[in-house]
Amino acid sequence: MAMKKYSPVLALVICVIILQAIASLAGREYYLTQLTMSAYYCLVILGLTVLMGYTGQISLGHAAFFAMGGYTTAVMTTRNLIEMQGSAAVDLAVRLGLTVTEKNAYGVEILHLSPWVSLVTAVCLTAAVAFFIGIPILKLKGHYLAMATLGFGIIIYRIVLGSRIFGEADGISDIPQFALAGGLAVSGDPALRVQNYYIAAVLVVAGVVLLMNLVDSRVGRALRSIHGSEEAANAMGVNVARYKLLVFVLSAVFACIAGVFLTHFNGGVGPSEADVMKSVSYLAIVAVGGMANLWGALVMGILLNYLSLRGYFGSYDEFVFGSILIVIMLFFPNGLLKMENFRWLSDAAARVINSYRARGGEGKDGLS
Amino acid sequence: MGFLELKNMSRSFGGLRAVDDVSFEVAKHQIKAVIGPNGAGKTTLFNLITGSLVCDSGEARINDVPIQNLPPHRIARRGISRTFQNIKLFSHMTVVENVMVGRHIRSRAGFLPAMLRLPGARREERAIRERSLEILSVMGIAELADQDATSLPFGTQRIVEIARALATEPELLLLDEPAAGLNIYETARVSEMITKIRERGVTVLVIEHDMSLIMNISDEIVVLSSGKKIAEGVPADIQKNEEVIRVYLGEDDA
Repeated sequence: MAMKKYSPVLALVICVIILQAIASLAGREYYLTQLTMSAYYCLVILGLTVLMGYTGQISLGHAAFFAMGGYTTAVMTTRNLIEMQGSAAVDLAVRLGLTVTEKNAYGVEILHLSPWVSLVTAVCLTAAVAFFIGIPILKLKGHYLAMATLGFGIIIYRIVLGSRIFGEADGISDIPQFALAGGLAVSGDPALRVQNYYIAAVLVVAGVVLLMNLVDSRVGRALRSIHGSEEAANAMGVNVARYKLLVFVLSAVFACIAGVFLTHFNGGVGPSEADVMKSVSYLAIVAVGGMANLWGALVMGILLNYLSLRGYFGSYDEFVFGSILIVIMLFFPNGLLKMENFRWLSDAAARVINSYRARGGEGKDGLS
Repeated sequence: MGFLELKNMSRSFGGLRAVDDVSFEVAKHQIKAVIGPNGAGKTTLFNLITGSLVCDSGEARINDVPIQNLPPHRIARRGISRTFQNIKLFSHMTVVENVMVGRHIRSRAGFLPAMLRLPGARREERAIRERSLEILSVMGIAELADQDATSLPFGTQRIVEIARALATEPELLLLDEPAAGLNIYETARVSEMITKIRERGVTVLVIEHDMSLIMNISDEIVVLSSGKKIAEGVPADIQKNEEVIRVYLGEDDA
């Protein structure tokens, strides 16, 4: 039972390894860069799948949570604290091991806050923001909720775009690497391409396992029951308002963590990460993935983000994601990658097999 | 004295007094029926008891503890469970998963234990599944456990909904028209089921239009008309009550 449940995870791990092997053997390791970025975007999409697909609460503001992660770590780790050495706060931070000393690309010695500190700060900040805006807006339903989250997304986008501290339209660059443990570091350095690919893959695998467990648990059933009927869920003792809020915070934290890691991987972050069109593309991917389907979201998330990042959609990128969303909403409002949408395929296969059997057999049963 | 006590419950929608100063009691282990013409306020009364609607005035007590205007999920924890007139099963969930939601208040794993599948959460999960399957087999639908709940026939969905409500181990079960849309065989089965539920120690308050069902199973009947209680008593008395006959058959028919 447990084996069967986790066999897709095993398949995923094997795919991850095969992709890397092919890219390395073919001498095309640069493909891994976009795969790594797609993997981080997939973390956002996985979180959003639980919020939207399973709990039935739409969000058009998840790019904002991603940007909050990215910008928090960017601001906190790009500040050179060398000239502030001697102040009590900086000295204390150094003594507590909350800082990193290194030479930047130009050989200048810098002292900055450890990305671990900014990661924790970003997660706490994002969770707090999601919690406090979630309380009023999650009382809304359907398109009202969509509009409220859209409004939130636009606000964050304008703040990022208009603030000196966030680098306005240029964003923030020269973001240092994020040294994890054991010599691993999240960094855009081409020499670290393979290990970064695996760091991202580990995060995605961990994310999907955690969410798989969640969906198939007491909490997950409560979330899915909210999707089915809020009134009945409430009558069964599910604290609907609380569960909606917690899953909103959870999905925001997934987006935030993705933002922190991708920002260190890219070495920079720009306002386009907070753009509402980003939120639309996340939503479109959850929809093509089958709404309440973590694996569908994952496959589509990797595929579409990869194609987009490799530039296959060219300047039609936004057009592509917008159209995907429109087509899905018109023809497959419950999501595309769903068994029921492929029933015609299995029916057709069954028909072929039956007619084949009938012909090969006694021939008494021609067509049914 | 009563297990559930309603005192002067009222609720208006705009100018319409949907429930108007209704008081009655339900004794423990009783099957009590609420009847009345369409629009009499029966379902509104249920929604007031379960907290789906807030009442304008009045009091509801369970075991002498006031429950009026508590949120529905808190009232569920006080041992009140219900079914809905227009069946509200959870879509995209199997029959057993629907029933397992009923075990929500009898279990406690939160987000983190669930995501990490901690041993405690796993043990609890097994217990939830076992108990839910048990309830399904008591209701005689164990073989449907893995079917998609909302694609079942109407009558079966009703039974699943009752199973889900029972999974909360309620002291008081509110059934909103459990026989609506059922044929006579299914109705007989529901009637048998309600009696069995009472035998298991559950108090039942039921809204129903099927008079033969009501007269058969209920200990007492409350009659509502235009939001007001017009009669209360044992079935035999209600059948003879002139006011009730007038409301049901119309004034000039007598």
